[in-house]
Formats: sequence, structure tokens, C-alpha cells
Amino acid sequence: MISSIIFVAVLIAGGYIFAKKASFIRRNILLGREEDRSDRKTERWLTMAKVAMGQSKMNARPVAGLLHLFVYVGFVIINIEVLEIILDGIFGTHRMFHSLFGNFYFMVINFFEVLALMVIVGVSVFWIRRMIIRIPRFWSKEMKGWPKNDALFILYIEFILMSALLIMNAADQVLMAQSPEILEAAGLSKYALNLDGHFAISQFLVGLMPQDLNMLHYIERGAWWFHIVGILAFLNYLPYSKHFHIIMAFPNTFFSKLTPKTELDNLEAVTKEVEMMFDPSIDPYAAPPEGAEEVVPSRFGAKDVKDLSWKQLMDSYTCTECGRCTSVCPASLTGKALSPRKIMMDTRDRLEEVGRGIDAHGPEYEDGISLLNDYIKPEEIWACTTCNACTEACPILIDPASIIVDLRRYLVMEESQGPAELNAVYTNIENNGAPWQFAQADRLNWKDE
Amino acid sequence: MENKLVVPTMAELTAKGEAPEVLFWVGCAGSFDDRAKKITKAFVKILNKADIKFAVLGTEEACTGDPAKRAGNEFLFQMQAMMNIQVLQGYNITKVVTTCPHCFNTLKNEYSKLGGKFDVVHHTQFINELLSSGKITAEGGAFRGKKITFHDPCYLGRGNDVYEAPREVLRKIDTTLVEMARSRRNSLCCGAGGAQMFKEAEKGDKEINVERTEDVLGVKADIVATGCAFCNTMLTDGVKHFNKEDDVQVMDVAELIATAADL
Repeated sequence: MISSIIFVAVLIAGGYIFAKKASFIRRNILLGREEDRSDRKTERWLTMAKVAMGQSKMNARPVAGLLHLFVYVGFVIINIEVLEIILDGIFGTHRMFHSLFGNFYFMVINFFEVLALMVIVGVSVFWIRRMIIRIPRFWSKEMKGWPKNDALFILYIEFILMSALLIMNAADQVLMAQSPEILEAAGLSKYALNLDGHFAISQFLVGLMPQDLNMLHYIERGAWWFHIVGILAFLNYLPYSKHFHIIMAFPNTFFSKLTPKTELDNLEAVTKEVEMMFDPSIDPYAAPPEGAEEVVPSRFGAKDVKDLSWKQLMDSYTCTECGRCTSVCPASLTGKALSPRKIMMDTRDRLEEVGRGIDAHGPEYEDGISLLNDYIKPEEIWACTTCNACTEACPILIDPASIIVDLRRYLVMEESQGPAELNAVYTNIENNGAPWQFAQADRLNWKDE
Repeated sequence: MENKLVVPTMAELTAKGEAPEVLFWVGCAGSFDDRAKKITKAFVKILNKADIKFAVLGTEEACTGDPAKRAGNEFLFQMQAMMNIQVLQGYNITKVVTTCPHCFNTLKNEYSKLGGKFDVVHHTQFINELLSSGKITAEGGAFRGKKITFHDPCYLGRGNDVYEAPREVLRKIDTTLVEMARSRRNSLCCGAGGAQMFKEAEKGDKEINVERTEDVLGVKADIVATGCAFCNTMLTDGVKHFNKEDDVQVMDVAELIATAADL
């Protein structure tokens, strides 16, 4: 009874802290400007099913893709058992699904054990790839400090959680194999489930278990508590970690860009101004009509995270820092300062900072820091070729290129900054309709050359 | 053998009360860059040979605004877009073909959202159609047995999912098509996109076109074909960087077909 109360308290606390952080993140994402991603619903559901649930873009790198599948499937399916653990915890029962499903239950547990082993294999090989093989994309400059440790913590936590599950089952199967009379005598009658044989994987740990029934009971309970409290703790770790992608991948793929990769949005504010210039009937000095809402002119392009769209901000919380984007970026490959992964990490880190500032000082708070310049240097964004290798490579459809272009827009349209050669290009396009200094009148000369 | 090119302008056709099947959008590189002008002419030869009723805008054409837009100058882009859309709509243009993947992307995707809806195709798609329908034939004598690789322009391939049309064309001239490890979706940029063509590269330890040319040299192709004047320039410079001009030719798909068809 007491354990049930403690369990429910722990469960509620874990859920509450997570919900609080999740609403902080949701609020942060909604600091972004509006962008309509409510169209083409069917296509969006299909994209999410294919890319997030179906992991369709992970197989571009087969080894990592397969190992990731182990961990993903293991995670999703083993969570069914977490449901049982929660119900057991609340009602003080032991393996309550056994009474519903009988021996089929043990088959399912065996399947979970195989999955748990696959997760352990997966995270072990992931660790080897990071720390022994040292795959370069895990060791680039933006991966120092927290990002590197975060990645390792996730692997350790998953390893430990799965180990706890197997240890729990190992102790439990020794208990469950005892005759009901013996269990009754020891005051452990709820373990009397008549297990026939052994669990698929944890049977190999039975040799490590003590003979004493009470000790077994403590190990089983200890591992059970460790597993569920560990899961709740991990849940609360997620929003501080790149591992948050296990949740964000779903909405992020749903709301992903469905138009051709190289199609950029046409800034509406600019369209209005250009239309005015083309329409002689519009008086640019006219007073706004009576009762018209006063529109605060927005900034052209993006200087800080609030100038980006909510979807671009969602992208930043979704990024799992795998570095596939940076490993295929032509600028990154040739030693330029640009790394698409860093663009996403900087956007998220800056957004967190802005969010904390708002929480501490109110919604109008300005800290004098901006994404552009303080986090991302112009040298980075000017190295982009807009080739979209990064967007193609991202397994969860993040779009770093659009952020780069929005930062350029701010620099060019608000600050008149940028490479000097490009100023000459603009002048040429304006004056003679070509990026080079050739007269428009000569445009057809090639015909007779 | 040098036949005079027939290149009617929209102004001329309209004056005669005629309309073309398709407008050929030449683009700035195709109009002014010496290397790209050869691609333009090769494509016109194909159009002439296939007896396609086409026209160009000539001096009424102006930059689509692509480099300005990628550089962040949305104002200039939309100014160009509005002007070009007015010109195109003024002539009731419905179908456009272009030899430039950047113009292709801009005209097809971005102009349509500004009210200029046109049916836009890239010249590799257009040529593929002409070959399939038998309007032109290319025996491929000049290229039979040559090893050829195709460099996917980003704005054609990844940008707009056109991967097969240029390859189908290349197969029709009896070449041996070899693929670079980075091809199709995973193709590596030549380094010119996003207005990089018009500026010095940012500080790094290598030029992107050199990185890409290594891929080309790695498959030991006799010819690297592409469908973009900017890729062409970058790869040509890359081949020169390695002093391999005698071993590898950089050619546009239009040039290959014009040569194969003996035009």
C-alpha cells in the first residue's frame, strides 16, 4: 500500500515536471512567426508515417540505420511493458497482464527480452562508433562539451535501463519457478505465476543470482523501481537533450516542407511593397483607411530566433545532432566555417536563452544578444551554396537552408551587408538585367556570333 | 555544315500574329557567358532540327532574380519576378523551356506563387521528349563506347527531382554511363549555387569544384555531362586545376545531342 502511494507520487511528479518543461518548449516554438503548414493533410500524415514511424531516411546509411532500428523498435515496443509496470505500481500487483493473457504473456516477455538485448547491442555499437572508431561527424568542432557528453549519457542510460529490465526478469524467474508453497511460506505468494521454463535472455543471468528468496525479492524489486524511476528520469532528461527527437520527429515530419527543396518562400511583406511600386494607382503617402489595424512592420529576414518561423524553431528542437547534414555539406567538406548542424544547435540554444529570459523578466525582455553575429557568424551563412544536401540528408526533414537564407535576408535587406561582389551583382541586375555588366540590348548577340 | 540558326523573338512572332509552342528562356549565362553561349546554340540547333516553333524574349528577357534571392535580396528578386511575369503574361506564354536549372527552379516554383503560372521544363527533359517521340534522332557515332558520367545540378536534381531525363538522353547515344559515388540525391554541389558563382568562396581549405572534380576523375570518365552552365564552368575550372583537359571533356547534354545528331 505504501509502495503504491510512493509510486503514484513519483509518477505524478515525473509527469508534472515533464509537462512543465514541455510547455516551456511549446511556448518557445510559438515565439516564431506564423507560417501555414496546415495544407495537404493526407500527404503530411503519410510523410510522418513513412519518415518518422517507418524510418525511411535512416537506411541511407545501412549500418547506422539498422542499429537505430533496433533501438527504436525496442524502445517503442518495450514501452508496452512500461504500461504494465505502471499498472502494477499503482495497484500493487505483480505482472498483472499475466492473469489476462496466461502463457502468451511469457512469450511476449521473451520477445521483449530479445528486443532489450538488441537495444543493448545497438547502443554498444553506437558507443564504439563514437568513442573507438571515432566517426568524424561525431567529433567536429560543434560537438565539444555538452553535445558530446549528452550523446554518451543517452547511450549509458539506455544500456542501464535495459540491463535493469533483464536483471529484474532474472531474479523474477528464479522466484516464479518456486513452488507456491515455498513462496507462500516466504510471504512472496504474488510471485506464484507458475513460470514454465526460462526467459529467453535473462536466463543467462540466473547464475549470478543468489539462492536466498528474500535477496531475490530485493533484487527484483530494486530493479523494478530502478527501471521505472529511471524511465521517468529519462523522460525528464529528454527536453534538455538531443534525444528529444524521439518525440519531436513526429510533429516535425508532419509539418515538414512539402514543396520542392530549392523553392524558397516569397516574402509577403516584400510582395506588398513591390506591388505598390508597380501599381500607379496606389498613393504611397496615403493615410491608412479609418479603422484599419495598425500593422507593425516586421523585420525583413531574421536577426534573432523570433524572426524565424515556428517551424524553423521546431526544427531546432528536433535536431538530434547526428551530423549527416554537415557530413555532406560542400562548404563543411571543404573546410569552411559553415556547419548546418551548428546552425540548428545555435538556433535551439539561442531560443532556450530567449525563453529563459522571458520567464525571468517578462515577454518584452531584450537581452541585447542575437542569433546572428552572437551565435552564427556571417562567414558561416555566406559559405552556403543552397544545394540542399543538408535537407536531403536529414532523417527527420529539418531544413537548415531556410534559416541560412533568412539570416542572409536580414543582413542584405536590413543592414545592407554582405560580400562586396554581390553588391555589384545587385546593381547589374537592377541596371542591365543580368548579374554581369553586359547591356540588356546585347542579350541576343549570341545568335549571330 | 554551319547552318544559320533560326532564332525568332516573341516580338517578331507577335508582329506576324503568330504564337510559339514554347518559349526558350535563355538565361543570363546562356546569353553572355562564352562557354554557355555554345550550350544555347547547341540547344537552338536541336530545336531547329526538330522543327519546333519556339521563340526567345531576346532583349526583353532579364535575370529571373535567382542569385539575388539566394543571396537574401528578396526585394530585387521580386522586382525582377514582377517584370518578367508581366512580359511573359503580356505575350500569353504558357510553356517555357530553359537550359538553366536555376531559371528553371525560379520560373517553375517561385514565379507561380507570385501569379506567374507557367509550364516550365528543363532542356534535358525537352530533349528527352524529342528523342522519344522521334522528332530528332541521335545515332551517337561520335560517342559510341565513350565513358560518360552525369553531374546532377542541385537545382535540377535534389531541388526538383529531375534525375532520369538527362540520363535517359545519355543512354540513347550509346555511351557507357558510369555513376559517381555521389550522384542523384547524394550528388555533390559544384560550388556555384546560392550566389557563390558571383563571389569569392569563403575561407576554407579547399575549393568545392576541386572536391567535385575529384569525383569525376575518380570514375575515369571521358566526358562529364551536366545540364547547367554554372556547373559546367565550375567543373571546367576543376578539370583545369588538375591539368586533365586532354582526358576529360565537360559538356552539356544539349551539346552531346547536337554533336551526336551531327548538327
